Amino acid sequence: MCLGIPGEVMDVRENDGVRVGKVRFGGVSREVCLECVPETKVGDYVLVHVGFAISRLDPEEAARTYEILMELAGTEEGFS
Amino acid sequence: MKYLDEYRDRDVAHNLAAAIARAATRPWVLMEVCGGQTHSIVRYGIDRMLPENVELVHGPGCPVCVTSLEMIDRAHAIAETPGVIFTSFGDMLRVPGSRGDLLTLRSNGADIRVVYSPLDAVTIARKNPDRRVVFFGIGFETTAPANAMAVHLAKRDGVSNFSMLVSHVLVPPAIASILQTKGNRVQGFLGPGHVCAVMGLREYEVLAERYRVPIVVTGFEPVDLLDGILRCVRQLEEGRAEVENQYARSVATDGNRAARDLVYEVFDVVDRKWRGVGSIPKSGFRLNAGYRAHDAERIFDVGHIETCESSACISGLVLRGLKKPSDCPAFGKECTPLSPLGATMVSAEGACAAYYQYGRVPKAASS
Repeated sequence: MCLGIPGEVMDVRENDGVRVGKVRFGGVSREVCLECVPETKVGDYVLVHVGFAISRLDPEEAARTYEILMELAGTEEGFS
Repeated sequence: MKYLDEYRDRDVAHNLAAAIARAATRPWVLMEVCGGQTHSIVRYGIDRMLPENVELVHGPGCPVCVTSLEMIDRAHAIAETPGVIFTSFGDMLRVPGSRGDLLTLRSNGADIRVVYSPLDAVTIARKNPDRRVVFFGIGFETTAPANAMAVHLAKRDGVSNFSMLVSHVLVPPAIASILQTKGNRVQGFLGPGHVCAVMGLREYEVLAERYRVPIVVTGFEPVDLLDGILRCVRQLEEGRAEVENQYARSVATDGNRAARDLVYEVFDVVDRKWRGVGSIPKSGFRLNAGYRAHDAERIFDVGHIETCESSACISGLVLRGLKKPSDCPAFGKECTPLSPLGATMVSAEGACAAYYQYGRVPKAASS
């Protein structure tokens, strides 16, 4: 129910005074309400839940986590 | 897909499981709060990767499962009102009410439609001005901004035939209720990542301090979950009780301010009854006075509702982490996803449905 899927923002528009945009999830795109992620621009990733973006993904935080994870994948010793 | 695939890496997952085994020197019981996390844990067999002394129990974080029987029965009464188009997330259609489920009601002629988003329900109302369109507004804090937006737009644009039957629930009061339950075994929590993406960490810091429990706000992929478990076990071993953010790529410390402002513009906090658990103070949202004209509970007078719950179902104990689905005598026998006795067997995020789907059925029951 609280499923949230990260997708890439392909465009940003105003539709009847509401901020919306096309968001791509792998091979599928759909229109998403971007009203609550006002700082979002094309190329950003947003977390989408029931057609509504609830947060903008933080690429720096993601890179930091990813780096740690990759180190861990290489060596079990680095983990304890 | 970016931000998903890298968190499903098998080697990283195995190394994390090994680190958990090294870190845990004593028995610990952790609860994942969110049903989405339960589903992932059972799907990927995360619980089976853990050492014997680290036990996961499944929490009440499935809104479909905890929506009260009275509210389901109210939805039925509204949906069978002539002229109504009743709209809902798909999961709700198979939840057993006192007189069957919404799917059966639909096959008997009621106009009940599944929508992907509450905003789609507003569109249906715009296109059908001569019909009354009701959306079944359930969910945790994750769903509250989208539901708030739907009602906000209906009011702004004068879509007077749109209303919402609101049965929103909130996570922090449920955690407090679990910790206050006599016989509680939970010593640490994996916090609900997407709820916190909206709400931030503040409410969880209050809980961690008051009840001296570690809460690690955690994502939904296998590596996220194992990382969250490792952090939680380390806190317990070291005697710490802090809020940690494992899911920082999606969760800012302050959450999403714009989303929260929208939620509080539309909703008031109220006491709410949880199916299988009972009433929890200040644990839900209802539409506030400014949105009264779109409140289906006020608009539709459905009279007195007499509820009837299955006596065989132990979903209340499962939702509070006191029992596992496989402890239930009806599990996999009288109760299956095709003929569920309780809501935890309906939703993909219900613990019983996840156990059933991923083959956790005792041999005697499956034969």
